[in-house]
Amino acid sequence: MSSDNRPLSPHLQVYRPQITSMLSILHRLTGIGLMAGALLFTYWISSATYGPEAFAQAQALLGSWLGRLVLLGFAFSLFYHMGNGIRHLAWDAGWGYEMQTLKVSGLIVIFFSGAMTILTFLAGYAVRGGW
Amino acid sequence: MGLRSPLGRARGLGSAKEGGINHWWAERMTAIALVPLTLWFIASAVYMVGADHATFTGWVGAHGNPVLLILLTIALYHHGQLGLQAVIEDYIHNEAINVTSLVLVKLGAFFCAVYTIFSIVRLTFGG
Repeated sequence: MSSDNRPLSPHLQVYRPQITSMLSILHRLTGIGLMAGALLFTYWISSATYGPEAFAQAQALLGSWLGRLVLLGFAFSLFYHMGNGIRHLAWDAGWGYEMQTLKVSGLIVIFFSGAMTILTFLAGYAVRGGW
Repeated sequence: MGLRSPLGRARGLGSAKEGGINHWWAERMTAIALVPLTLWFIASAVYMVGADHATFTGWVGAHGNPVLLILLTIALYHHGQLGLQAVIEDYIHNEAINVTSLVLVKLGAFFCAVYTIFSIVRLTFGG
């Protein structure tokens, strides 16, 4: 069989969007985004080795409006990828494949990641002592 | 050729090549480790909002923090490069770009992990 004629993975664009497929795609997208977040983590830690000025600059950058927006996306991605990752681990253990369970667990993950993101930012603003 | 079983011929031809089980297992082990480590890190990072250099380096070097930070760094970059590998294998069909991206991701993740660990150690012991 020619390798060009081998069956391919389902084409994403021919399917009606469903919560299961959308959450699966979001898992990958947040995963890719989190690798960019990992670089931010490395930047933050390593900036301190260059001295107080470099660290203050990093803190100012992360605390800026743009920095906070990026951190908001980072926090949501992290909580979503974590919650959905736990969902994946449950599937690996053979649990949660019924259609109804899939929908409910997916909604729980969305709610969890949204709530945790808001909670994290409220805590951050509390530490900061204002908006 | 004719004497090989269909399974024997098919083995190793998937996108994962020979290391599928190791990849799967390592991805899950690092995932489990990352749950408590990232929750701890986020709680700590929130405390570092607006912190100055002395406060930050004090936190990095305090008690078990450098150990947890190093564990986080290893699990994070290991899990991340395994995940990106899966994405590259699924979506980049051009052989040359596929291999080049894999090499860059693997070496890049390794470099970043070592650089981060070095930074943590340096902040812990000063200088």
